Amino acid sequence: MARVQNISRRDFLKQSGATGALVLGAAVVPGSMVAAVRAQGVGMSVQPNLFVAIAGDGVVTITCSRSEMGQGVRTGIPMILADELEADWHRVSIWQAPGDETKYDPAGKDGQNTDGSRSTRHHLDVMRELGAAGRYVLEQAAAKKWGVDASEVYAKHHRLYHSASGRSFDFGEVVDAAADIAVPTGEVAPKLKDPSQWKYIGRDMPGVDNYDMSTGGANYGADATIPGMKIAVVARAPVYRGKVKSFDATEALAVQGVEQVVEIPALPDDAPAEFHAMGGVAVVGTNTWSVLEGRRKLVIEWDDGPNVGHDSGTYDDQLREAARTGGHVIRDRGNVDEAFAAADKVTEAEYFVPYFIHTPMEPPAALVDANVRPVRVITSTQSPNETRQYVAASLGLEKTDIECQVTLLGGGFGRKSKPDFACEAAILSKMVGAPVRVQWTREDEIRNGYYHSASAHRMKAGMDANGRVTAWHHTGAWPSLIGLWAPQVKTGHAIEYGLGLIDTPYNEVPNLRIENGEADVMIRVGWYRSVNNIQHAFAMNCFANELAEAAGRDPVDYLLELIGDADVMDLKDDGVPEHWNYGDSIDDWPIMPKRLSNALRTVAAKSGYGKSLPKGHGLGLAVHRSFHSYVATAVHVVVHDDGSFRVPQVDVAIDCGRYVNPEGVRKQIEGASIYGHTVAHSGKITTSKGAVVQSNFHDYPVTRMSNAPLDIRVHIVEDFVHLRPCGVGEPGVPPYAPALVNAIHNATGKRIRSLPIGDQLKSA
Amino acid sequence: MISMKINGISRQFHGDPNMPLLWYVRDELGLTGSKFGCGMALCGACTMHVDGAAVRSCVTPVAVAEGKEVTTIEGLDANGNHPVQRAWRAHNVPQCGYCQSGQIMSAAALLNANPDPSDDEIISGMAGNICRCGTYQRIFAAVRTAAQEV
Ligand code: FES
Ligand code: FES
Repeated sequence: MARVQNISRRDFLKQSGATGALVLGAAVVPGSMVAAVRAQGVGMSVQPNLFVAIAGDGVVTITCSRSEMGQGVRTGIPMILADELEADWHRVSIWQAPGDETKYDPAGKDGQNTDGSRSTRHHLDVMRELGAAGRYVLEQAAAKKWGVDASEVYAKHHRLYHSASGRSFDFGEVVDAAADIAVPTGEVAPKLKDPSQWKYIGRDMPGVDNYDMSTGGANYGADATIPGMKIAVVARAPVYRGKVKSFDATEALAVQGVEQVVEIPALPDDAPAEFHAMGGVAVVGTNTWSVLEGRRKLVIEWDDGPNVGHDSGTYDDQLREAARTGGHVIRDRGNVDEAFAAADKVTEAEYFVPYFIHTPMEPPAALVDANVRPVRVITSTQSPNETRQYVAASLGLEKTDIECQVTLLGGGFGRKSKPDFACEAAILSKMVGAPVRVQWTREDEIRNGYYHSASAHRMKAGMDANGRVTAWHHTGAWPSLIGLWAPQVKTGHAIEYGLGLIDTPYNEVPNLRIENGEADVMIRVGWYRSVNNIQHAFAMNCFANELAEAAGRDPVDYLLELIGDADVMDLKDDGVPEHWNYGDSIDDWPIMPKRLSNALRTVAAKSGYGKSLPKGHGLGLAVHRSFHSYVATAVHVVVHDDGSFRVPQVDVAIDCGRYVNPEGVRKQIEGASIYGHTVAHSGKITTSKGAVVQSNFHDYPVTRMSNAPLDIRVHIVEDFVHLRPCGVGEPGVPPYAPALVNAIHNATGKRIRSLPIGDQLKSA
Repeated sequence: MISMKINGISRQFHGDPNMPLLWYVRDELGLTGSKFGCGMALCGACTMHVDGAAVRSCVTPVAVAEGKEVTTIEGLDANGNHPVQRAWRAHNVPQCGYCQSGQIMSAAALLNANPDPSDDEIISGMAGNICRCGTYQRIFAAVRTAAQEV
């Protein structure tokens, strides 16, 4: 529990101009630090987080410490606090916190890194506590003014009432009396509302930025300005870890508006890529068009470096081979070898999912003034504190020398948790002695990104004479994202195992082995909306569908039998003492097969599964747990004679436990389905001689309105809302592709085992 | 020199006439509502109106606007209450919002040219605008709503 404090009179507030207001903060101290301090027997002084301020005019300002990238966090998180505070949402304004985890990380869990679909699950409790504390202080203040006992005062919808006398105050009217009221903690801490009293949590709320976003008033990293600022674009090595050998800038410098051409030094060979600037040739000037023109005129000779042999044609085959070989067993239940020997029938299949790139609508952009202290960074980042950390490293400074202001993000999807672009701006700003905004183009984003890992999967299952699966063996191979820190890594990391592989939910299968083969990392592999869950969900849901066919069974019934209805699946029973569970405790967020089955049954019913369909139509289902949520997707497809297809309807059931803004949940699932549609239909990055082949939306096509499903129906499962909140931004992605592929099989009898679907139906 | 009106204000441009309208408007006039998404007329984020028709300003040289009226998202309606903008809010369309200026400008031009579009006409009229957040079904519904008002 957070220690909520009334900090209205603190000195630092005077500097920030927030005096005359009631201000509450939450002091969160990591448990380990508390223990250390207690052991030394000394007192503890903690700078509290600033989270809510109530001004004399009654306006409630709530801090949003998470980055908004379209997931609705600037609406959802403040809703929680406003609800407990009894504020009127129409009198709430949102203040976007800069990067400073010592002040703006009230849950003390992730240093403001907006990633991993965790904002709601990590902030529900602390936001409630802050809101309740605010309500308590306001009630006490009103009681003091009236000279009555606080137990006779209650807050409702931005007013305080004294029932006995019928008097009331607006919130703003008691602020002057609130500054000295302490917030009790522990047993006597302000009481939280009973959930039945919630007025915002659990109700639909439109996005707080809708007006700005519909009028051109919303500001992103690419829109930031500082007087005297220069604009820069960078020519980067086409091959990962390549370097500039030489360059000629004569023609570039002749372009009107180009002022300087400078080299960003290559990252030293022995330094892992992490989120550092990789180097390149930068064209700096007065406007974007000039520097783009200048960059086109650069003549650069590159040293391609060690990854020039990275070629999709051969590399993908190596991954497939590694998936046949395996080598690292990560979960082993029963004895699959004996079960295969005894099986009535053994089925095998291989699946492949290629590299993807994020393509957020806003390509990366960052503005840095490295010539002032603190250094100013203004950027669309998911992780302002890692931005500070890496910018500091780029400049040879301390993290505390860097301040980072967070703009809106024009999409993130994991790309913008990696601040290499801010490092480039910082290095250039220092070099040219002026603030510099680095603008990435779409080509830069597609060719020099952090790629979703390509992966191969060898699936093998044995069944008995009744068609019951007795053995399940899944071997996956992929280049690990840990390569960013440990370039020589060959196997996956516990985090990647935890992304829907080690927790393979087929709990009713008595013998089950999950294995990992080896792969070299030859490109920057990074995380992408829902990460490895995409390929894990694809391989296992498609293979389960194939097994149902082999057994002559209905695929949904069959899948339900594989999963079963156990309360909890405990991997300890399968010799896995510990596993990564999205960074959270397995006791708080266990793996619950019954919730997965429930989501699947729900979507089967809602989608009308089982009804007969016209020729060329198919319905396919898939289900996956990720980020603690349970999502089942049913895709209805129509495949035309020429092999083209459309998706007239999608049904998605999501059990995300407690939710805050159901409208936000629906929007995330609608968007995740479209994101999944791109994954399934067209997403594919390939390399040739080490360089990414694709460059813009003509050769990296993404889903448009003309091929998008336009009738996505979201069914929020209500049975489990008393449980903890789970992730929402990402879990809608993984089940989409296997559901679509299973639907295509249902419609045509054709199996797609390699993504994207692309033209595979046309050649049939 | 190139003369044009941008959101009703007369402007003279003295630079390279090949500079795309997008960069003139964003970098020199400071109107940042129009967005850069691809630079190749593939995504629609930069959509503006030139004499009422939607153009991809990332590939439209400033010279093309000589003597013409350019409208950006900032100039679509003085109060931000064009029927399309209101419909966008009524349907709670935006997620990250980055594509939405361009989506709204495309929808407004579509309805200007065809006040009563069929479903297929909405889809083909909006197919040039990408939304990576995947707000298409809400955009589709909002265009239908707006069509009833214009
Ligand atoms: S930026 Fe102009 S169409 Fe994409
Ligand atoms: S709302 Fe984010 S790209 Fe459309």
